[in-house]
Amino acid sequence: MPTALALCGVAVLLGAAALALVARGRGGVTSRLVYGVCLGVAVVLLLAGCAQLLVVQAPAPALVLPIGLPWVGAQFRLDALAAFFLIVVNLGAAGASLFAMGYGEHETAPERVLPFYPAFLAGMNLVVLAHDAFSFLFAWELMSLTSWGLVMAHHQDADNRHAGYVYIVMASFGTLALLLAFGLLAGGSGGYAFDQMREGARMLPGLVLILALLGAGSKAGLVPLHVWLPLAHPAAPSHVSALMSGVMTKVAVYGFIRIVLDLNGAPAEWWSVLIVSLAGITCALGVLSALMQHDLKRLLAYHTVENIGIIFIGIGLALAFAAYGSKELAAMALTAGLLHVLNHSLFKSLLFFGAGAVLNATGQRDMERLGGLIHTMPRTAFAFLVGCAAISALPPLNGFVSEWLTFQAILFSPTLPAWGLKLIVPAVGALLALSAALAAACFVKAFGVTFLGRPRTVAAQAAAETDRYSLAAMFGFAGLCLIAGILPGLLIDALAPVTQSLVGARMPVQSTNPWLSIVPVAESRSSYNGLLVFAFIGIAALAAVQAIHRYASKAVRRSPPWDCGYPDPDPATQYTADSFAQPIRRVFGTTVFRAGERLELPAPGDANPARLTVTLRDLIWDTLYAPLARATALAAEKLNRLQFLTIRQYLSLVFAALVGLLLVLSIWS
Amino acid sequence: MVVILDLVLGLVVQGLQMVLVLALAPLLLGFTRKVKARLLRRRGPPLLQPYRDLLKLIRKEAVLAQNASWLFRTAPYLIFAATWVAAALVPTFATGLSFNWAADLIAVAALVGSARFLLALAGMDVGTSFGGIGSSREMLFASLAEPAMIMIVFTVALVAGSTQLSAIANFMLDHATLRVSLGLACIGLVIVAVAENARIPVDNPATHLELTMVHEAMVLEYSGRHLAVIEFAAALKLLLYVSLVICVFVPWGIAPTGAGIGAMAIGLLAYLGKLFAGGFLLVLAETSVAKMRVFRVPEFLGIALMLGLLGTLLLFVSRSF
Repeated sequence: MPTALALCGVAVLLGAAALALVARGRGGVTSRLVYGVCLGVAVVLLLAGCAQLLVVQAPAPALVLPIGLPWVGAQFRLDALAAFFLIVVNLGAAGASLFAMGYGEHETAPERVLPFYPAFLAGMNLVVLAHDAFSFLFAWELMSLTSWGLVMAHHQDADNRHAGYVYIVMASFGTLALLLAFGLLAGGSGGYAFDQMREGARMLPGLVLILALLGAGSKAGLVPLHVWLPLAHPAAPSHVSALMSGVMTKVAVYGFIRIVLDLNGAPAEWWSVLIVSLAGITCALGVLSALMQHDLKRLLAYHTVENIGIIFIGIGLALAFAAYGSKELAAMALTAGLLHVLNHSLFKSLLFFGAGAVLNATGQRDMERLGGLIHTMPRTAFAFLVGCAAISALPPLNGFVSEWLTFQAILFSPTLPAWGLKLIVPAVGALLALSAALAAACFVKAFGVTFLGRPRTVAAQAAAETDRYSLAAMFGFAGLCLIAGILPGLLIDALAPVTQSLVGARMPVQSTNPWLSIVPVAESRSSYNGLLVFAFIGIAALAAVQAIHRYASKAVRRSPPWDCGYPDPDPATQYTADSFAQPIRRVFGTTVFRAGERLELPAPGDANPARLTVTLRDLIWDTLYAPLARATALAAEKLNRLQFLTIRQYLSLVFAALVGLLLVLSIWS
Repeated sequence: MVVILDLVLGLVVQGLQMVLVLALAPLLLGFTRKVKARLLRRRGPPLLQPYRDLLKLIRKEAVLAQNASWLFRTAPYLIFAATWVAAALVPTFATGLSFNWAADLIAVAALVGSARFLLALAGMDVGTSFGGIGSSREMLFASLAEPAMIMIVFTVALVAGSTQLSAIANFMLDHATLRVSLGLACIGLVIVAVAENARIPVDNPATHLELTMVHEAMVLEYSGRHLAVIEFAAALKLLLYVSLVICVFVPWGIAPTGAGIGAMAIGLLAYLGKLFAGGFLLVLAETSVAKMRVFRVPEFLGIALMLGLLGTLLLFVSRSF
């Protein structure tokens, strides 16, 4: 029943896309109508997902539609994993649609956004619902291509065109890898339905893992496949950026979990070593790159890379525990990863909404040209602050819970017998702790430079508070961040069917614990209670306020800033985003980015200003992608000759190819 | 009936702990200042001077910069609250306080992180260059001190088989042996504590000018009651770290879970003795070294991080280290 409902919802979304295509040029009415329909559908699908995960639980058999591959059909099924991700997708979609009901009014090219947006939502939903390889890949491509269309919405900007180009190349590469992975899973008999794959004999599961890492990992933004992400996510309109960063990367995580934990059989030991080490590097590199940015949306996009790393640490540890038969611990690690999926989709969407509101109000994404927005946009500032605190893993908000659970999973990993894991997991734990701390630095910078201090430009000074739809979306998500942070036990319980179906165990029931604490294994080992921590902080702060108001002087005097006696009225004397990150750039950046600083001092008596130039290199691009691009260009140039052959030469080429293929076939069998 | 009595007793002990940390924090600060002055052959301020300073500050009017926002005015209370809650969750004189389990060692470290996050933001609020430099450097130090702290927590948790502070203290009481990993963790934790509390050689709590300051630069624009609350939070943080070292590495004398009033009184005396001994050692170390350049500090904190990582790694290899 929920599956059919979800498919109807997808059909409505596709209908909305068609409507937007037809009704182009009608301006604000169409925009609000399309986003309104998307919001409604997203809410319905969200409820369908919740009903499936919490109430129905036992998954219905797959719904087969007579389209797609003739001998398989298009199969759709809403099991626990799909239901959880359906909730994540549609929670993000509902928020983004609500935000866009206000934000979309300011869109300069609505005809380039409105048709793609519902189709993008439909694509993401279909990926989660699909239960055979053909429908999955079709939906995956729909998701990729529509999001590419949205990235190219503002194609007049050369940077956006470049971003779109890199994105489409990487997306095609990812789909190719997934196609091959499904081919291996289906085997020679062509059993492309997921049910058949689960039953069938497995060919080369190790290769399937690597292909899944390439395919889903490139969409999710796993290092070194992340290069497109910080280009493409910020290029799209902000509500789409929120969806791409907060939701589409999660759909990729879903694809990875579906292939590796569900379809690919029992995990081998080395899988987790590979995944966990990649994830650790992804964390640290993602957050360090984010710290180096001064474009607010690009900073957020780089930060998505870090969070994907955290999620993959959870998944990798779950695979490690599962490989050695510790089902309960595998359930705990997987729960940590899945909880972070939900948490990240909440706060990353919220932060992108905030960045969108700032972009709308000031026309600026560059933090160096902002500042002081807390005075002109106090509500946006508050919601953005909640998002910043949540993503920095600060208690009592939600980011902390999933990181805490990941740390707990790491603390259990000395029980793993493999030496590779024994050496790598502590290092990954250190990388995770490092990136959590750097994330706090990163968001002090993002919030501090954008919202605090004095406005650096006239545009920042003249900003006005954003519209009420956008505010509703932001405050809704900020509230959810708090609720997920103080009542994590309920979420962990809701995830039990997912882990039960994937690793055959669940975490202990949390909702019966006194005071709703979360206790992963035993109370004598570890426990955390977000509700009490929140209540204690609230009570302590109120007590302090009461005491101060009772006994202290109430007098307040406003005066110019003190600044050690030398206040300078020029806002350019404030710390900027780059100067804030300068110490961290010096400490970490010299090795990671080969950061260099060049100071040009004019000769004495010369009135020209001194200049400081900072150079950063992207080593992954330089060592991996640039040679690849050069090789491709070179090959294309050499092969260009093939376009100018005579008919006889073409015929002989065709003949040679035929002979070659026949030879391969004869040797193969 | 017994259950209710237990609950009430637990609440009373927990409340006592909350009041105790609040009452002792300025005293510890006064003690360190006094000892430091004596070591430098000065007479030094009286022991109770920090209390007087706080009283003086809250009676004064608060001078706010013209463009200070609501964040600037609310942050001190939240910083104070987060630090107070963290300090109240570290067992001081008795383990098994009734709300000990609300937050384990990782959560206590993260609560301190919450306070720092807000303080760094408050430093940037007015938009002065000093506030920015303080926040930027504080976050640099934190970016190394926090992972070091987490790795130390890992080491201790792997030895004790728990991240709960009460359980760790009980374990250390019962199975006190010399271990390489614990030695590494102890040195690491002391380094982190020195850095987190802005003590020499990382920062100078006595400085009020020049580019050497970090903590003081962030709170430069604060005055009156806001400054009082922030100073109080800083004193609580010092107490928190000294208590943490005591609770994890030298828990002897602490009243075990469910102990009677007598054991608690002994625990309290033992705690006071260890607290001031810890304060004395801190000052002794502080007076014997010079302050570092800012870009030497990451190397200093890197030592703590490496020690923590080494301790964890050793325990991953074999539980017997």
